[in-house]
Amino acid sequence: MAATAARWNHVWVGTDTGILKGVNLQRKQAANFMASGQPRREEAVSALCWSAGGETQILVGCADGTVKHFSTEEGRFQGQRHCPGGEGTFRGLAQVDGTLITCVDSGILRVWQDNDKEASPDPLLELRVGPGVCRMRQDPARPNIVATGGKENALKVWDLQGSEEPVFRAKNVRNDWLDLRVPIWDQDIQFLPESQKLVTCTGYHQVRVYDPASPQRRPVLEATYGEYPLTAMTLTPGGNSVIVGNTHGQLAEIDLRQGRDNWEDEPQEPQEPKKIPSEDTETDELWASLEAAAKRKFLTSSDLEQTQDALQTRRRKRKRPGSTNS
Amino acid sequence: MAKTGEKSGGSGKKGLKRKAAPEEPQEAAVVEDGTTESGVQPPKAAAFPPGFSISEIKNKQRRHLMFTRWKQQQRKEKLAAKKKLKKEREALGDKAPPKPIPKTIDNQRVFDETIVDPNDEEVAYDEATDEFASYFNRQTSPKILITTSDRPHGRTVRLCEQLSTVIPNSHVYYRRGLALKKIIPQCISRDFTDLIVINEDRKTPNGLILSHLPNGPTAHFKMSSVRLRKEIKRRGKDPTEHIPEIILNNFTTRLGHSVGRMFASLFPHNPQFIGRQVATFHNQRDYIFFRFHRYIFKSEKKVGIQELGPRFTLKLRSLQKGTFDSKYGEYEWVHKPREMDTSRRKFHL
Repeated sequence: MAATAARWNHVWVGTDTGILKGVNLQRKQAANFMASGQPRREEAVSALCWSAGGETQILVGCADGTVKHFSTEEGRFQGQRHCPGGEGTFRGLAQVDGTLITCVDSGILRVWQDNDKEASPDPLLELRVGPGVCRMRQDPARPNIVATGGKENALKVWDLQGSEEPVFRAKNVRNDWLDLRVPIWDQDIQFLPESQKLVTCTGYHQVRVYDPASPQRRPVLEATYGEYPLTAMTLTPGGNSVIVGNTHGQLAEIDLRQGRDNWEDEPQEPQEPKKIPSEDTETDELWASLEAAAKRKFLTSSDLEQTQDALQTRRRKRKRPGSTNS
Repeated sequence: MAKTGEKSGGSGKKGLKRKAAPEEPQEAAVVEDGTTESGVQPPKAAAFPPGFSISEIKNKQRRHLMFTRWKQQQRKEKLAAKKKLKKEREALGDKAPPKPIPKTIDNQRVFDETIVDPNDEEVAYDEATDEFASYFNRQTSPKILITTSDRPHGRTVRLCEQLSTVIPNSHVYYRRGLALKKIIPQCISRDFTDLIVINEDRKTPNGLILSHLPNGPTAHFKMSSVRLRKEIKRRGKDPTEHIPEIILNNFTTRLGHSVGRMFASLFPHNPQFIGRQVATFHNQRDYIFFRFHRYIFKSEKKVGIQELGPRFTLKLRSLQKGTFDSKYGEYEWVHKPREMDTSRRKFHL
């Protein structure tokens, strides 16, 4: 029962009590999966990501420093690995070539050997990316490239097989019109497909596009949305726009060619358009927040196409002139 | 002319009407069954053509007359139907079908998936380990700080004083233009558990911010219908120092549970029943009514209550995780009127 159900879940949600929920949106049901039989606060899920090699395994990062493997085919937790070091919760997980990459809040990025037999307590590689990390993301096209960013921690792109220095280190935008330094708070990072570009959304309601291939280290494009911090971002299948969500529960689609929104929260619709990535991290108030707009972090997946068709048919309400560069 | 003998104005008018009525539709002299007007008139009055409605009469006075007559007719029929139904019920006696329940907006509430099932283990675990768990486990006892927005006027000040008599172990401090984000760390260091800020607008209190202190949730309410003690009629004497009991009514959804627990954690856990005082937070249709009463049992079945203390109505505007931070905080629930108020039968608390 759990096995077949595990395959037909469109969204995977991690909760503050350590339960992993698989939600089937067609049937509007959720199934709970727990590593230990009981929910425990210490196992609060702080990071979720698909493991390498298709979408059959999920890596679940918990608050106590363990990373659990969950198989969606079988519907159960398969193993776990304790990844100590650094303070703070996991901000990013990734897997490449049998190794596990973790990044914690205090900025320690570690690469661990992920074989079942040997669980050496020492990491293979350790990097310090700077304190206050909010997000670590792996490039789906080139698995050994990761990007990190956070509060007062500029965007950096690291090559794990290369040197200890970042491949690309972003520069802050110019001082604003009062000649004050613009603060940095990168909340979420995404790699754009088919190019080296990255998109970030910040806690100061900005969406920025960076291009490591260009000599310009400052953002190539900047757009703003709303007045509340943007906490989550995901790409649309076309690769031209991103959907961002803020702390007030509002969603918007930002077109990266034009730099402004196409539709925002439409008040008439009874249900907020759900972003359908395969994973999500939320608190235990699952139903309340499925009803309201999503507001926590999202990760991408190929399942996005399923409901993106519904989203694309929505007409674009307003077109604004292209945004200005920084 | 025969009708002018009647003295009552209404029937005199009716007489006029009856004389006027035959004038209007000149053609048909047969009484039609369709129109109700013809039922009232004497049989020899002319009938109206079918499909005739009162609204087609251009003369306002005549139209009004016809309408009032029609209304009286309807009322008579309704009364007759009621009487008939009542007679039938009495005749059937015990075998009568049960009385139908009238539809109210509360009855017709749209099914809400977030209504908490009392047996739900996940919710039980969540509530056992959330920020209020230390209160409900009797590990901490509440200590409240009550303050206002800057430069409060008389009503707000008096409301704060009265609230501090209602809530035990509470302290009122004058807000000297201090930022809340600076007050909060100081409160935490002095072991306060909750912070209440009463916002004032144009000399009346209109908002309430309730923040649970060591990193707990912050609720922002709209406050209306505030009545101070002297404005309450037939009230009892001032409340004593006894710890009151709490009644939380109708907080059914998960959001309602969180808000209800916030209110519960304001009062100490051990009510003193000698004081016979009770504070009630009654939620109906998303409005929370606060009342403070003293009760007395007159006999086994009869209770008398006296209303003491202030009364006000609250409506939740937003619930934010973490202490007060309206700019960068993460909101768990925000009331968005255009999206959430579309149905009259959907409530969130």
